[in-house]
Amino acid sequence: MLQTLAPLQGLLPFEGAITPPKLDYTALAPLIVVFVAACLGVVVEGVLRRRIRDEAQLIVAGLGLIGALVFTVQGWTTGKQGIHAMGSVAIDGPSYFVWGLLLVVGLLVVLMMSERTLNGGAMGFAPMAAAVPGSPIERRAIELKVEHTEIYPLTMFAIFGMMLFASSNDLITMFVALEVFSLPLYLLSGLARRRRLLSQEAALKYFLLGSLSSAFFLYGTALLYGFAGGFELRTIDAAVGAKGPSSLLLLAGLGLVAVGLLFKVGVVPFHSWTPDVYTGAPTPITGFMAIATKAAAVVALLRILYVGLGAMRWEWAPLLAALSVLTMLVGSVIALTQSDMKRLLAYSSIAHAGFLLVPMAAAVTVQTATSGALTSSVGSILFYLSAYGFATLGAFALITMVRKAGGESTSLASWAGVGRRHPVFGACMVLFLLSFAGIPLTGGFMGKLMIFLAGWSGGYAWLVLVAVLMSLVAAFFYLKVVVVMFFREPGEAAEGVTVEKASWLTWVAVVVGVIGTLLLGLWSGPLADLAARMSVFLR
Amino acid sequence: MNPNYYLVLSAILFCIGVLGFLLRRNAIVAFMSIEMMLNASNLAMVNFAHVHGGLDGQIAAFFVMIVAAAEVVVGLAIIVTIYKTRRSASVDDANLLKF
Repeated sequence: MLQTLAPLQGLLPFEGAITPPKLDYTALAPLIVVFVAACLGVVVEGVLRRRIRDEAQLIVAGLGLIGALVFTVQGWTTGKQGIHAMGSVAIDGPSYFVWGLLLVVGLLVVLMMSERTLNGGAMGFAPMAAAVPGSPIERRAIELKVEHTEIYPLTMFAIFGMMLFASSNDLITMFVALEVFSLPLYLLSGLARRRRLLSQEAALKYFLLGSLSSAFFLYGTALLYGFAGGFELRTIDAAVGAKGPSSLLLLAGLGLVAVGLLFKVGVVPFHSWTPDVYTGAPTPITGFMAIATKAAAVVALLRILYVGLGAMRWEWAPLLAALSVLTMLVGSVIALTQSDMKRLLAYSSIAHAGFLLVPMAAAVTVQTATSGALTSSVGSILFYLSAYGFATLGAFALITMVRKAGGESTSLASWAGVGRRHPVFGACMVLFLLSFAGIPLTGGFMGKLMIFLAGWSGGYAWLVLVAVLMSLVAAFFYLKVVVVMFFREPGEAAEGVTVEKASWLTWVAVVVGVIGTLLLGLWSGPLADLAARMSVFLR
Repeated sequence: MNPNYYLVLSAILFCIGVLGFLLRRNAIVAFMSIEMMLNASNLAMVNFAHVHGGLDGQIAAFFVMIVAAAEVVVGLAIIVTIYKTRRSASVDDANLLKF
């Protein structure tokens, strides 16, 4: 570019002046590959004929995710760590870990989205989102087998946003990444094929509350910028060190930024969107939100609190502990009264958010821990997220298979006796529920053990005791589902309910979920080790 | 001018936005209130950029404007589809999902 302009030297009004930022493309490759694949998806949408579009989209998305995964693994094994893109992206252990998790989950969710066997040859998404439900236009669209293959690029943009969110090292990049992953999710949650009114309502609620929370996050960002004079977490950390932690701007900024992030994690009192959106959204998207959004937001929250505001630990830690108790309580107790599977898992995800806050409040690092490297906060949270992720993905994949008159049947009463009639389905579901409940020999147990150890060694013994009590309450409602599935006689609600045969696209998610859950439960050493080694944030 | 005035103005605008979101029932008005909150943040950032004598805050304001524009596209699409279905954009009418 500069060479081609050389003959014009002297004619142009400005000389030299701007130095372009140096980007390390090999280090940023995972982000770039996912983003390029998402853009290619948009191109495919405009260029290819409808008949082959779906396969093409699946191939583009799949190759993009696998390519990014290869670059992620390669980047970690060759020890590429550092702060890139002019200080706005931190590529470190937690970034690599959560990238890997997001990419694996993304791959399985993309496969799950293209499932057609369950819907009689059609996707589980609305044929034409703009058409009014039940209108002649919609019926015509169904006849013509129109479908929104845009869901693939939307999902890819969401994955890109989440990856950037978890690794962003300054607040403005974090805000942009937050919106980049939220906007596609607002749309995706409104695209369910059946029960479209519920789905649209979910999208509206998610959109309004989500953008409210990101406005809070942004105002907090502005205040922190006013306090520190820069958006980078390092600058904020230095400013807290220099000016002390008692400035009003700093406290208000911390509070508002935390509100924005806690909303995405789904912590009480910012949880009210979770059950509605999880119920209304298409089930594969619900699974995706339950794991991927949570993982990205938890890591981003950890990064802000530990890297940017680590010196304010005595301000935020008690607050997080209090919110943790509240979240576990509300999540577990309200889940007891739920009569819909998706809603029940939504409250269960709220309860899990509460458990995740236990080690976060304790803030133990490998250096300060008393007993071995396994108990660092970040390491235990990363392990917990992957154990929870495997079980959640599998559980939501199984939920898509229980059907009645062509649509999903998610009410708990309609699940009566399903496990007895379909033993393989039942066994898989029981495994996931036991993992959620934290019963030994499953990944969930090891995850809970590790976060409780981290909380304990951080001096929050009382919080760990509360968490143990709450996980007993939570175990009760998971076991309730098991009882309904195996020992309840099918009543009126269960008439015509079957577990339909899904293609391999959905079963892959279940199988990976089963293997992951068992592996983490029986042979957790390697992943726990990896999480411990990947638990250090770059500053 | 004293930059504090601008900070206070931005805080007032932000609070009007929050109140508007909480009190108004029309989804479009609620969404307008959110846009107002984003603009209050922009004012605060530009003001702080002046205080600190850097350009970061001003550049950030551009990022926010672009994000806000993208948000409008998505938001209005969602509100229009729900309006077409129910003939109402009131957030109180969206009440199928509860507890």
